[in-house]
Amino acid sequence: MKKVLMGNHAAALAAKLARVQVAVGYPITPQTQAYEMLAEMKAKGEFPGEFIAAESEHSVMAAILGAATAGARTFTATSSQGLAYMHELLHWVAGSRLPAVMVDVNRALAAPWNLWTDQSDSLSQRDTGWMQFYCSTNQEVLDTVLMSYKIAERVMLPAMVVLDGFTLSHSYEPVDVPEQSEVDAFLPPYKPEVVLDYKNPVGFGALVGPKEYLRLRRRMAADMAEAESVIEEVGREFGAAFGRRYGQLDAYRCADARTILVTSGAVGSTARAAVDALREQGLKAGNLRMRSFRPFPAKALREFVRPGMRLAVVDRNYSPGAGGIWAQEIKAALYPRSRASVHGYVAGLGGGDITVELLQEVWKRVDSANASVPVAETWVEDAR
Amino acid sequence: MPLLDDDARSLPRVILSTRRMSENKTGNWRTMRPVIDRHICTGCQICWKYCPEACVKLTDKVPAIDMDFCKGCGICVEECPKRCVSFVPEASV
Amino acid sequence: MFEIRFHGRGGQGTVLAVKILADAVLRQGERICLAIPEFGVERRGAPVTAYARISDKPILIRTRIYEPDALVVLDPTLYSSDILNGLKPGGSVLTNAEPEELSALAAKYPRFKFVGVPALRIARELKLGSASSPVVNTAMCGAAAALFRLCGMEPLLECVREAVPGKADANCEAARRAFDAAREAQNALA
Repeated sequence: MKKVLMGNHAAALAAKLARVQVAVGYPITPQTQAYEMLAEMKAKGEFPGEFIAAESEHSVMAAILGAATAGARTFTATSSQGLAYMHELLHWVAGSRLPAVMVDVNRALAAPWNLWTDQSDSLSQRDTGWMQFYCSTNQEVLDTVLMSYKIAERVMLPAMVVLDGFTLSHSYEPVDVPEQSEVDAFLPPYKPEVVLDYKNPVGFGALVGPKEYLRLRRRMAADMAEAESVIEEVGREFGAAFGRRYGQLDAYRCADARTILVTSGAVGSTARAAVDALREQGLKAGNLRMRSFRPFPAKALREFVRPGMRLAVVDRNYSPGAGGIWAQEIKAALYPRSRASVHGYVAGLGGGDITVELLQEVWKRVDSANASVPVAETWVEDAR
Repeated sequence: MPLLDDDARSLPRVILSTRRMSENKTGNWRTMRPVIDRHICTGCQICWKYCPEACVKLTDKVPAIDMDFCKGCGICVEECPKRCVSFVPEASV
Repeated sequence: MFEIRFHGRGGQGTVLAVKILADAVLRQGERICLAIPEFGVERRGAPVTAYARISDKPILIRTRIYEPDALVVLDPTLYSSDILNGLKPGGSVLTNAEPEELSALAAKYPRFKFVGVPALRIARELKLGSASSPVVNTAMCGAAAALFRLCGMEPLLECVREAVPGKADANCEAARRAFDAAREAQNALA
């Protein structure tokens, strides 16, 4: 049934539909409504799982670590400073190979204070061992939370579902909310292999030597690599069940395009409108929306790219001293096998609008003949 | 050079500790040994409460310290309100 | 695609108004509405902006609306700021105003079509909000629904009833009165 939902409520409803057993939370703008909705559903008896109101985000992730070790399907949502505060425990959950699912609502990191969307919070958790999926609509938020449990429980790695602060989290749009029975058919209960059980005591996360540590990380690398195909497989299964198919990449009007906008998150939706506008001007534009950041879809990207292609990568994030993060990762994935050129554009930090007009300008700049030598990073903003 | 890539998916995801902690005897870490003076001890159990290794046993009025596990940290020596635990070098025992 | 920008003040229920309209458009079943509240300093009395895009096709653009087809102004004291910026020439302004205030506005800004609904009077009569701070959002919702033909009365009242935190009957009545008033004003314009 279609319902008008804000992104935060789509996330919380998805957690309920996934039959989450332990939800833990701590409020932070712009994620708070996800937390509040879960608390409200719990109070009304609509959410049968445990709901824990923790005293900080660090404790949230510690509780997730405990609950997931005990074999529970878990959920939480956070943002910005809250995610940064969880950082240490993010490594713990991933290293313990627990398939936790968390929603991160993108918000810029301080200083100075800023409340609006910016991918620096999630992207700075790049090396924690969490998968990261970026959404462009509230429908995709709900769908991706459901898919994430299935993917995470297959490869035994935690997953972060990322949505733009305010642009998705607080915007209302129709979302097709599936029936519980349909979700149950798609997502079976989580059956962990080893759980914390006092009748069968074992120790978790104890000290290991370098030999074991290297092997554990090698296995994590293998599972991350496997996740690339699992994401595609689960995306196809989801499509068969619900009529909405997802993959690592989402290409729009790219078949005959030489210059392609590369976007992520809600900008990926606006970019489609920019491509439509460019096409109406007779220009061969396309948009490639990156859905997964970890595992990085390097193989899929190499298959997508053709020689001579120009990629105009729009980054709503910045790694000081290095540049836009998607642009860097894309360059690394394409080097040296591909002859595409990658042009980095940094825009919309701290919630600035990345408009249809701005995206068209970026595309035209990269498409123009003298742009064949890529510039590492160009900073742009909407004129208004 | 050994390569770890050939059969990476057969490597473990986690390493669980299945042996009991009691198998891990830590008594040989000790260089100093706590010795309780049976005549002064009142059986107040403070040493039992404070022992971080949980190796103080309370079977009799006077506690017994399990030297298989005592690491010689000296906390019981410090905390005993009657000052009846002395700390003696292992070499002299 | 039809684009509306809403201007109100913190406490008047501007954000809830766009949510109700998004809901009502969906229930009407012909088009969809993407409602985007803009969040800044969330204080009672501070100017609040929200946006609604309405279309019969999927709505891709997720940015602010810079050049709206229409405005909905919940608080007429906001005209002292630059709320008319970007409004397309000939665009409609649905405003919370009594007839005499309306003619003054129309004279001052001749490039736009002003339609007034006495939402303040309706809210006061129905005791919505306090005497000093009447809540006009449900009345303005009703007026917007009628003026921009977003939905019929029935889905509108259903959505108002479900969305408001209290005084459901009074809020529905406010929406109904303003819906009728806007219809009349629209007919007069035509």
